[in-house]
Amino acid sequence: MISLVAAVKQSRGLHYSEIEGVEIKRGTVLVKRGFAHMLKHGVIMDVTSVEQAQIAEEAGAVAVMVLDKLPYDVRRAGGVARTASLKVIEEVMDHVTIPVMAKCRIGHTYEARVLETIGVDMIDESEVLTPADEERHIWKWDFTTPFVCGARDLGEALRRIEEGASMIRTKGEPGTGNVAEAVRHIRIVNNEIRRLRAIYESGDQQELIKAARELKVSYELALETARLGRLPVVNFAAGGIATPADAALMMSLGCDGIFVGSGIFKSEDPLERARAIVLATAFYNDPESVAEAQEMIDEKKSMVGFDIKALELRMQERGTT
Amino acid sequence: MSKLTIGVLAFQGAIEEHIAMTKLALEEMGIKGSVKPVKTIEEIRAIQGLIIPGGESTVIGRLSSINQTLQVIKQRIYDGLPVLGTCAGLILLARKVYDRVLGETQQPTLGVMDVVVERNAFGRQRESFEAELEIPVIGDKKFPGVFIRAPAIKEAGPQVRVLSKLGNIAVAAQQGHIIGTAFHPELTDDTRIHKLLISMTVKAYAPS
Repeated sequence: MISLVAAVKQSRGLHYSEIEGVEIKRGTVLVKRGFAHMLKHGVIMDVTSVEQAQIAEEAGAVAVMVLDKLPYDVRRAGGVARTASLKVIEEVMDHVTIPVMAKCRIGHTYEARVLETIGVDMIDESEVLTPADEERHIWKWDFTTPFVCGARDLGEALRRIEEGASMIRTKGEPGTGNVAEAVRHIRIVNNEIRRLRAIYESGDQQELIKAARELKVSYELALETARLGRLPVVNFAAGGIATPADAALMMSLGCDGIFVGSGIFKSEDPLERARAIVLATAFYNDPESVAEAQEMIDEKKSMVGFDIKALELRMQERGTT
Repeated sequence: MSKLTIGVLAFQGAIEEHIAMTKLALEEMGIKGSVKPVKTIEEIRAIQGLIIPGGESTVIGRLSSINQTLQVIKQRIYDGLPVLGTCAGLILLARKVYDRVLGETQQPTLGVMDVVVERNAFGRQRESFEAELEIPVIGDKKFPGVFIRAPAIKEAGPQVRVLSKLGNIAVAAQQGHIIGTAFHPELTDDTRIHKLLISMTVKAYAPS
């Protein structure tokens, strides 16, 4: 049983069809959010080629995310970052059995439409790429393919859900190898949910309406979040996770799973590191297993990363409305 | 009779969803029992029924193989442990598995059920769907079938009874104490498939 709150009933992403004479529905909220539920407790890995995708699958990734450049390289290259070459994405889809995701620019409905057309399993409307619309995100209800979006706080997360996102991830600060911002974002979300929950338990409906207005979301969605005591969709950690211990830390803070961007393929021990992060994510509540996973990697081979205070580009500040 | 415990294999996937549904089913049946996530050999030895959830079969199989529970689960199922596998769970139970696009791939499985299963049989996520299913063994009311990058049962051995079909495609089957579904009962509010497992578990646990 999963939450279907805020579902737009007659969306353009919904399609009626049939298989062997049996009526079926595609693109329903249940099917889209349900997909994200199948990824839980897993690790989604950023890749830029078929070879990397195969390493990720071999290591136990639950899905791969295809990019043109890893976030670390996006930072170094500067310029405009766009969706990956379709040829590369299609090649990856032809070579792995796990789900394949790809990123599009915030607000770029047509990059997303192209990704849906070639058949990617989930679209990440991502702040790692250069935003195409500074004011609006994609209206994701128009799509049959589910979306994941980044958030730094509860308001951002719920607004993305109202636009049709089927899954949320913390933004963190991508491409830095520094987990601090991801920690900050999940803590903010958790604290805001605790506050909503407390208001809900007090029975003060008017205060909950006020809280919904402050979050700039519908009362219905605020109420459901308060009732559940968690986000009504699957919520992963992202943005700066580089080691098995980082992954375990994020799981212990209540994340449903992990995205690793530059952390794996910007290290010098990608296969071992990918395997170790998968183990640490699955066994996060057993410190001995996390220690074993951490022993599989060599800190000298971790990506060097960036100090967040010295960054010129803070990707997390993109697409916050 | 001491308390009945049903375990949900807890490496990856929709673990909490199955736990919630099984608890609800126990409550509705008025049976005292507990439901627990399991992933160590000790935990798996202590249960009377098992659910293998939806998720990525490659990941669940790999992790179970690494911590050496795969063999223990296999032995317990051979010894009669009632088990329900949904989607990835069905793939792990199957005797033979292949991917619709990539063909046969190397992945650790249990191979305890005499069925051949095609992975991603209906296509990618875009092609995922909901359909009302007829499952006579749980009653006349149709079951909300949620198919997510779902597999299909392509061949079933003589010991296997097909429980449900989508047109001519087998999507649920039973072989004695083993049940596999290509769809996700844990995402719906219909507990009848979970009740089927609980009934089998009660029967196997306390033969009258």
